[in-house]
Amino acid sequence: MSIVRMGLHWRLVVLAVLLVLQGCATVAQPNARDPLESFNRTVFGFNDAVDKAVIKPVATGYKAITPDWLRKGVGNFFNNLEDVWSAVNNGLQGRGQEFSDSVGRVMVNSTIGLLGVYDVASDLNIERHTADFGLTLGRWGVPPGPYVVLPLFGPRTLREVAGMPVDTLGKPVYNMGDPETRTLLPIVNVIDLRAKYLNAGEVLEGAALDPYSFRRDAYFQRQRNIQYDGNPPEEDSEP
Amino acid sequence: MKRVFLRKLVIGFSLLAGLGLGLQARAEDEAPDAMIKRLSVEVLDSIKADKSIRNGDVNKIIVLVDNRVMPHVNFLRMTASAVGPGWRQATPAQQKRLQEEFEVLLVRTYAGALGQVSDQAIMVKPLRAAADDKEVLVRTEVRGKGDPIQLDYRVEKAADGSWKVYNMNVMGIWLVENYKTQFAQEINAKGVDGLIASLAERNKSNARASK
Repeated sequence: MSIVRMGLHWRLVVLAVLLVLQGCATVAQPNARDPLESFNRTVFGFNDAVDKAVIKPVATGYKAITPDWLRKGVGNFFNNLEDVWSAVNNGLQGRGQEFSDSVGRVMVNSTIGLLGVYDVASDLNIERHTADFGLTLGRWGVPPGPYVVLPLFGPRTLREVAGMPVDTLGKPVYNMGDPETRTLLPIVNVIDLRAKYLNAGEVLEGAALDPYSFRRDAYFQRQRNIQYDGNPPEEDSEP
Repeated sequence: MKRVFLRKLVIGFSLLAGLGLGLQARAEDEAPDAMIKRLSVEVLDSIKADKSIRNGDVNKIIVLVDNRVMPHVNFLRMTASAVGPGWRQATPAQQKRLQEEFEVLLVRTYAGALGQVSDQAIMVKPLRAAADDKEVLVRTEVRGKGDPIQLDYRVEKAADGSWKVYNMNVMGIWLVENYKTQFAQEINAKGVDGLIASLAERNKSNARASK
């Protein structure tokens, strides 16, 4: 489609993108996949401050006052909810094995596993295959697009941002029970996840010279790895 | 009588030498995946056996990594590829400093990661390589509580026939690649000495944090 034949609103979108690109030309070494770098860095700093001030302390407290078995149960419970949405997405991607594994996991864990608190399915060697709608879009051939750091949500690609509304509608953790539960569950989920990564987070903090680009490049590599099921084709990076 | 003794001595020595050669040949013949497996088991067992390590003594793990793991790593190659085009601009003295500081940084990070190990076991996946390959990918999986963690190694055949690690990958994130952008940023902004200074500063604050 040539730019002349585009509708007016598309021309506006192109204009807006060009303006944003120009606005970010001040970054010292622009990365082709991160045209919004200066905006992203600001949000990254904000998220880091929120984490240090609120999320990390709460997660640390949660870890300190709860016994291991309880946190394990809580984690399993949320994983089971996530498996429901993974099953849907693996289905949408037409992946038979992953779909039936996910369905099998939910069926086993929701019943014998007492609403997901016990991960019986893993003991039975039924593998987890997490998938959200952003990944589904990727497997359908939608390119990842530029890197975006969202306030509170953190790093995403534009494709995943596009998948988020569908995830919000589809993920059980956002849609269960009364309005209070729907507020509380996602919060507990975030705290529980953060508690799991407290130690790993500290290790990584010490590893980076520039935490922003370290995190971004790790994110690109990780996304590519997921897209190719842990076996991406080699890039021409080795000397 | 004397001659018999001498002959026995000679035979004895040559047997000993032969045994030595045989052992060496075995080390050379060790397949890359077997080497990774052996190394992983050794390190994991040492960690599990040591109570102070399990209580989070990072400095003790650093000693372990230095002694057991680093002899199997081609760190020159790792540093050179992480630094990228800037490596050739650097003087030999700068290259040496880069290697020293990067090694401190990576060993500490790796030790920190090992400090999280509790009841995990390493599963080495079947190797897909031809017999005469000089560089191969060894894929492993750390299995314990939670989802399995992907942990892959790129290994090369060194001149002495042993296998050396020159890159590793945690959950799909290649270590060397993940430092490339940061290192290039530092070099473009502040030169090779600027990168050395930043690495040294990072290492100093890490050392302070773990005291």
